[in-house]
Amino acid sequence: MNEISRSEQMKDVLQKIERTRQARRHKFYLRDEKITLSHGSGGKATHNLIEGVFAPAFSNPLLDAMDDAAVFGINGIGSQLAFTTDTYVVSPVFFPGGDIGKLAVHGTINDLAMAGAHPLYLSAGFLLEEGFPIDDLRRVVASMAEAAREAGVMIVTGDTKVVQRGKADGVFINTAGIGIMQHHWLPGQTRLQPGDKVLLSGPIGNHGIAIMLAREALDIETDVQSDTAPLHTLVATLFGAVGESIHCLKDPTRGGVATALNEMALGSEVSIALDEQAIPMHDEVRGACEILGLDPLTIANEGKLLAVIAAEKAEAALRALRSHPLGQDAALIGSVQTEPVGMVFLRTDIGGTRVLDMLVGDPLPRIC
Amino acid sequence: MGMKYVDEYRDAELAKRIAGEIAKLSNDHPLKLMEVCGGHTHTIYKHGIEDVLPLTIDLVHGPGCPVCVLPMGRIDDALALARRDGVIFTTFGDMMRVPGSKGSLLDAKAEGADVRFVYSPLDAFKLARQSPDREVVFFAIGFETTAPSTAVTLLRARAEKVKNFSIFCNHVTIIPAIKAILDSPDLRLDGFVGPGHVSMVIGMRPYTFIAREHRKPVVIAGFEPLDIIQSVYMLAKQIAEGRSEVENQYKRVVHPEGNVKALEAMARTMELRPFFEWRGLGFITHSALKLRAEFADWDAELRYQVPGVRVADPKACQCGEVLKGVIKPWQCKVFGNACTPETPIGTCMVSPEGACAAYFNYGRFSMAAERTRLNILPVERANA
Repeated sequence: MNEISRSEQMKDVLQKIERTRQARRHKFYLRDEKITLSHGSGGKATHNLIEGVFAPAFSNPLLDAMDDAAVFGINGIGSQLAFTTDTYVVSPVFFPGGDIGKLAVHGTINDLAMAGAHPLYLSAGFLLEEGFPIDDLRRVVASMAEAAREAGVMIVTGDTKVVQRGKADGVFINTAGIGIMQHHWLPGQTRLQPGDKVLLSGPIGNHGIAIMLAREALDIETDVQSDTAPLHTLVATLFGAVGESIHCLKDPTRGGVATALNEMALGSEVSIALDEQAIPMHDEVRGACEILGLDPLTIANEGKLLAVIAAEKAEAALRALRSHPLGQDAALIGSVQTEPVGMVFLRTDIGGTRVLDMLVGDPLPRIC
Repeated sequence: MGMKYVDEYRDAELAKRIAGEIAKLSNDHPLKLMEVCGGHTHTIYKHGIEDVLPLTIDLVHGPGCPVCVLPMGRIDDALALARRDGVIFTTFGDMMRVPGSKGSLLDAKAEGADVRFVYSPLDAFKLARQSPDREVVFFAIGFETTAPSTAVTLLRARAEKVKNFSIFCNHVTIIPAIKAILDSPDLRLDGFVGPGHVSMVIGMRPYTFIAREHRKPVVIAGFEPLDIIQSVYMLAKQIAEGRSEVENQYKRVVHPEGNVKALEAMARTMELRPFFEWRGLGFITHSALKLRAEFADWDAELRYQVPGVRVADPKACQCGEVLKGVIKPWQCKVFGNACTPETPIGTCMVSPEGACAAYFNYGRFSMAAERTRLNILPVERANA
């Protein structure tokens, strides 16, 4: 290829990069006319829905931060409070490693923990479908009570509604939670600095794969269990070790590690570079993903956290995570850099590089 | 952690060594090679293989993505079937988001149609047996890779006399598409990375004409990163030595004769259509399969009224040129702005195997890397 056409081609490439980048950065608008399942997947469509419907209507400084929990002070109270809510619709209700009740307690505790708050009180709202077995409800509630007791939180208020058969799927649970801030420092997805290190508390993908294998009659036999767990004590350990060097905490639930890191990269207008081979994963999860054509980085976790830490404290933070039972397999998986803004990319096992995008739609299997 | 059949095909050191050999072979002669299969396109971007290969190798993406080549009219037919009362419409996951002229299957589902995704036609068949009061239709797509499982399911449906099950058959065959590309004047190719899983069924013989008549080498390749890099090496070597042969890199799976039983099952249940429309490539003769007359009871096209209307591709969409390898995905006018994986205009942006989706999801960093090569932007290495 001669030099002129090569440089013309390059000019074209550059234009394209810029256009794609612009498209990416201002892309949260909603074109759909009806809600589809993609809007609930936690990936791009969910973002479009939030930015297209909820954010403009409710806009205020606390909400606009778009962190896992809102953090605010109240006159006369010395400490700041964190407040969050989440709804659980998982199917099946009971799955390897947990159930909807346990998940509803852990999930809301984790949203508070990611804001750096110590969780105190939860509410529990039940939406029940006519015909749902009381015995199953007893099991779910007992499991919630146990999870709350173990985590040291109290369920202090609740609500129950029943709808006609077919208007819901067994049981849906909403929990809201209040926590108290232990520190003055508030980590968040706008606080990443170039040079920071990205830590992951353990192997990824277990929850999503456990649910998928329980839900779809796939005839793949594994003993993959959901990793559902309350992360507030792990966060407390991390705060104790490195305090203000924690720039961001996130639990990679729906949409997985890929979506969580993209939110950070967009929120802080930085780039995140990951090392694929450093990302911890169980062989069963990796095998199931290979067979089903799924990217484990987009699969949900319910007991893992991502921590972005100032470079000089990264080793100390890693040691702190590994000293806790829920962080034994923690790893340093990447670093923050300045460019290309708003993008996450991956150094692949084979030595190449690729973009890691947010999840689009549900993680659907490839066919061949 | 080591995973058998996976890790041994992802050795970065070995990849670098082979890439060095490829560079030597192609030093004075840059090569334009087409990977026919969408699965290869996906692997190439997912693992960043273009970063490993020397700049003298230009990989061009071919038509082997079954979701991408379906024309809009067939999607509209599928939507019409899915919206029928009493029908459970079953499909592979990646068809759900493909846009027809009025929405996708995902939209139809949101509007109340009973659309479910399955992993194989046998799952759809099981669903039919479990739901005797419903009509279960399976949206069969794919090349010779997936056609045998449709064939086996049909034979079972007939043997078990299950009448509430039918197939909307959109199976296509790979050879006519390759012929169409070879006959197209737009493109000059030096060789083909041949499709691995299709070849597992059809064997090596059908590719002979490419080597003999068109004097282009073909190497049938596996789907792991090292499979592809080794296949590129084998192509470069053939070209450097002035050979054009059909070689098999994917010997652990592909037998020269293919899978005789699978071919038999296909022949018993399906026959060639006189012609079939491919998105972007137009009508190609003898390029697709339909059910044989004796399976009419299980043929959704005969059992139900489908519109069967030909719908022109959206004007802005250049899927056809992408599928023929004439342009790279990012050269399409709507790539990345109007057309993205969440709001796709063309099929190539929907399937993970589509060149545009692969490029958008994984490959944009390669473009960023181009900037680095031009010294516009320093990019640090991960964890450096």
